[in-house]
Amino acid sequence: MSKRRVVITGMGMVSPVGNDVQSSWKGVCEGRSGIRPIDRFDATDYNTRIGGAIKNLDLDPYLTSKEARKLDAFIHYGLVAAQQAVDDSGLENFDKLDKERAGVAIGSGIGGIEYIENSVIQMHKSGPRKVSPFFVPASVINMISGNAAIRFGYRGPNIAIVTACTTGTHNIGYAARTIAYGDADVMLAGGSEMATTRTSIAGFSSARALSTRNDEPEKASRPWDKDRDGFVLSDGAGVVVLEELEHALARGAAIYGEVVGFGMSDDAHHITAPPSDGEGAARSMRNAIRDAGLNPEDVDYINAHGTSTQVGDVAEVAAVKSVFGAHADKLAMSSTKSVTGHLLGAAGAVEAIFSTLAVKEGLLPPTINLDNPDEGCDLDFVPHTSRQADARVALTNSFGFGGTNGTLIVRRYEG
Amino acid sequence: MSTVEERVKKIVCEQLGVKEAEVQNTSSFVEDLGADSLDTVELVMALEEEFETEIPDEEAEKLGTVQDAIDYIVSHT
Repeated sequence: MSKRRVVITGMGMVSPVGNDVQSSWKGVCEGRSGIRPIDRFDATDYNTRIGGAIKNLDLDPYLTSKEARKLDAFIHYGLVAAQQAVDDSGLENFDKLDKERAGVAIGSGIGGIEYIENSVIQMHKSGPRKVSPFFVPASVINMISGNAAIRFGYRGPNIAIVTACTTGTHNIGYAARTIAYGDADVMLAGGSEMATTRTSIAGFSSARALSTRNDEPEKASRPWDKDRDGFVLSDGAGVVVLEELEHALARGAAIYGEVVGFGMSDDAHHITAPPSDGEGAARSMRNAIRDAGLNPEDVDYINAHGTSTQVGDVAEVAAVKSVFGAHADKLAMSSTKSVTGHLLGAAGAVEAIFSTLAVKEGLLPPTINLDNPDEGCDLDFVPHTSRQADARVALTNSFGFGGTNGTLIVRRYEG
Repeated sequence: MSTVEERVKKIVCEQLGVKEAEVQNTSSFVEDLGADSLDTVELVMALEEEFETEIPDEEAEKLGTVQDAIDYIVSHT
């Protein structure tokens, strides 16, 4: 059976850099950091007091106040990005859409932790009768997909893959396969996160995963730099409309790019850290390249996982060198997390969108704060400023706790 | 100090996301104001909190309209 081709025909995003795709992309390319002091709660007692929060998002055009009250913020962000993506795709005006062949795959790494925290407090303070009937549907992870299905009437496959920081990548990859395999013609896919909460920041902080560069928030996320000291936790969501190529062409849809490859693997090594040689990451990339039917030399740009951790950044460089050999010195690889921070379950989706725009526009977003590359970190990381380049094929990596790896390959659509 | 009726209607508006003008004493929470089964549970919880009372489940199930809620509160607080 030959695979059906899958293209991206709509995109939506909320990020610490902007509350839609265009402003986020512009901010990333201009290197305007979205990292600020935490103000959602009093972080005085925390080692880490910085994060990438969503600012000034007006929910009114997207959700009624009643809907908003009954949903955790991670669902707000996911539905906003989904609505933007659907609006962008023009599908709402396409009355021939067979909604039984339209589905949703939007996940989250953590889910409704803020709603969970508040409900636990309420439960301990006032007893079980005071726990809201909306507690469960407001906080469980598949409720972006569930609410999106109701909102858009999409009655096809509905799923929410949960794989920590690889969530967004896995959901898009799985959704693309759902279309390629013939189970759907249209899929909304991506990830969302709102985990900069009291308990979550405390947990990541105890795991020594987070940067403590509290005095210089904008410089805290610095992948591959000698002075990096952990990642910066951020919020947001990314959602794409994936569509079977002939379906998109038949309705005259604008095409952003083509999803040509998807690969997966696991390190089977440690719950939070990768092996130093990035062996699992390398297999994920190889699997995606094979799935795409490409050669490593075809890849022009890599949007790295690149979170700004000691071990992870070096391991990814080692993995890229082992997969690409001499071509590793020719391709460009940047980390947009240097600007956005790490959106966990949304990261892969947001970065798939950035990768798509990079090949569509021939513009490579920079790695900011890379003042002194660490030993062994000697690839072309597009330091400091964005760069025009005739990049046609982009590969984007996500690696998550549990050793789970995912890679997507997006190609410029040229017919 | 607001009357019980005003306070009940205010809570109904907040919980069900409806405008004040839509809320009549005869309004049914489900039929007229669009509440589902989860909304009605939360509405009762909000009334309990506002009026510092406990409404047993078997009583709560009987509160079909705004007037039912007002009557219950008046006779139990």
